[in-house]
Amino acid sequence: MIRTTGLTKTFGDVTAVAGVDITAEPGEIVGFLGPNGAGKTTTMRMLTTLLRPTSGSAVVAGHDLLADPRGVRRRIGYVSQGGAVPPAEPLRGELELQGMLYGLGREESAARTRALLARLELTGLEERPGAALSGGQRRRFDIAFALLHEPVLLFLDEPTTGLDPQSRANLWDHVRALRAERGLTVFLTTHYLDEADALCDRLLIIDHGRIVAEGTPAALKSGGRTLDDVFLDITGRSLREEAGV
Amino acid sequence: MLRDTWVLFRHGVRTTLRQKVGIVFGAVQPLLFLVLFGPLFTTIGTWETLVPGLIIQLGLMSMGLAGFGVVFERSSGVLERLRVTPVSRLALLLGRVLNNAVTLIIQTALLLAAAYALGLRAPAAGVLAGFGLVLVLGVSLAALSYAVALTIDQNLFAPVMSTAVIPLVLLSGSFLPMSMAPGWLDALSHLSPFRYPLEALRELFHGHYANGTVALGVAVTVVFAAVSLTVGTRVFNRENA
Ligand SMILES: Nc1ncnc2c1ncn2[C@@H]1O[C@H](COP(=O)(O)OP(=O)(O)OP(=O)(O)O)[C@@H](O)[C@H]1O
Ligand SMILES: [Mg+2]
Repeated sequence: MIRTTGLTKTFGDVTAVAGVDITAEPGEIVGFLGPNGAGKTTTMRMLTTLLRPTSGSAVVAGHDLLADPRGVRRRIGYVSQGGAVPPAEPLRGELELQGMLYGLGREESAARTRALLARLELTGLEERPGAALSGGQRRRFDIAFALLHEPVLLFLDEPTTGLDPQSRANLWDHVRALRAERGLTVFLTTHYLDEADALCDRLLIIDHGRIVAEGTPAALKSGGRTLDDVFLDITGRSLREEAGV
Repeated sequence: MLRDTWVLFRHGVRTTLRQKVGIVFGAVQPLLFLVLFGPLFTTIGTWETLVPGLIIQLGLMSMGLAGFGVVFERSSGVLERLRVTPVSRLALLLGRVLNNAVTLIIQTALLLAAAYALGLRAPAAGVLAGFGLVLVLGVSLAALSYAVALTIDQNLFAPVMSTAVIPLVLLSGSFLPMSMAPGWLDALSHLSPFRYPLEALRELFHGHYANGTVALGVAVTVVFAAVSLTVGTRVFNRENA
């Protein structure tokens, strides 16, 4: 579902992503972990066609990222780290527009909007503009925007930041159900390691733009360590190296 | 592409029409000039000379700041969300620009109605032709405005554009025809692309259709439109705008 080779992005003299090779199989839930500034969002923005890689290549959802970005866009959903809810527009209309931009008819888009709002426990809030919602409610609307067209591959950049425990659990139930029903593939970042541990089939840890560890949660934790130990061990060491110790 | 443009256009128009006050407010300045400066101007000139100037002023102010909408969409992440959909980038631009055209049509019609009430007596054919010219010009300017909004720092957009528009309005000869200006100012005003359509508009409002001034105005407008729409599409196409 995702296969990248040597994906790299530099901003001036900052190398944000330094040649990563990523794979995700259909139906897999892959966690992409790393400290702040490691290159997670930059990688996602490349994979979602928003940022042109400096070098490297990728096939995403069956389409070549550089040769056929539109083919990629048709089949993916993306929840960005910063969110994408308009502050002043009533959200139902925005959701229906979003569906229509994926080729859905008006009726169909409206029906899917209704169903999805119910499923994400947002019914009753859809006539409000984004500015009249709480942070967690807005986040759930972000997720609704990304799911409306039933993507085969979903990118989630810290989707649960700001969600209360119940909404988090609800979101993960929903994601698991979509995987079970439709074989949805999910590529997500999170700073909640317990969440990654419980939800993901496989984890990638990135630091300074490089993949520094990869494996199933169980394999990474071998030897009775917690995921926090593993994470600190891997990224903490490289942070000390950077400081010249 | 056409369907996407249409879907975005209709959505945008609905949003715009919800803010009726905004549309009228955009036309308030030229309307004030019409009512409070027009009676003064017509002691030395005609309504048919003044009103085209005010229409150009309206177009420049209203469409020059069109990019403001996209500044908000950029900072709220909405634009990025739209850029992940399969919609063509040209449709993202055209949907917006056509929506701006509707705003401009309503504003220009308001201004013309008020001008007729005050004493403008331009022939219908001339006014219609002028309308077309102003629409093409306004839409192109809106496209250029979006390009600027997506390029410069978002906090700079409003001050930069509102400052840039003033000299363009003045140099186009919007208030008084440039033929009345001292030589250096007249020469300088030839640098403003809006001078030519404005002079064409004045001819059209006087019922003169086939002359060099009109032809030049149309030609400059077409070139301006081609350049602006090309630049606008380029910028919307840019991978990381
Ligand atoms: N537009 C940009 N210009 C310059 N540097 C950038 C730009 N975008 C990101 N960077 C840099 O690239 C690096 C990776 O950033 P990125 O946003 O991918 O990190 P991240 O892993 O998502 O971090 P976080 O957990 O804080 O979200 C950082 O050092 C960041 O400062
Ligand atoms: Mg990030």
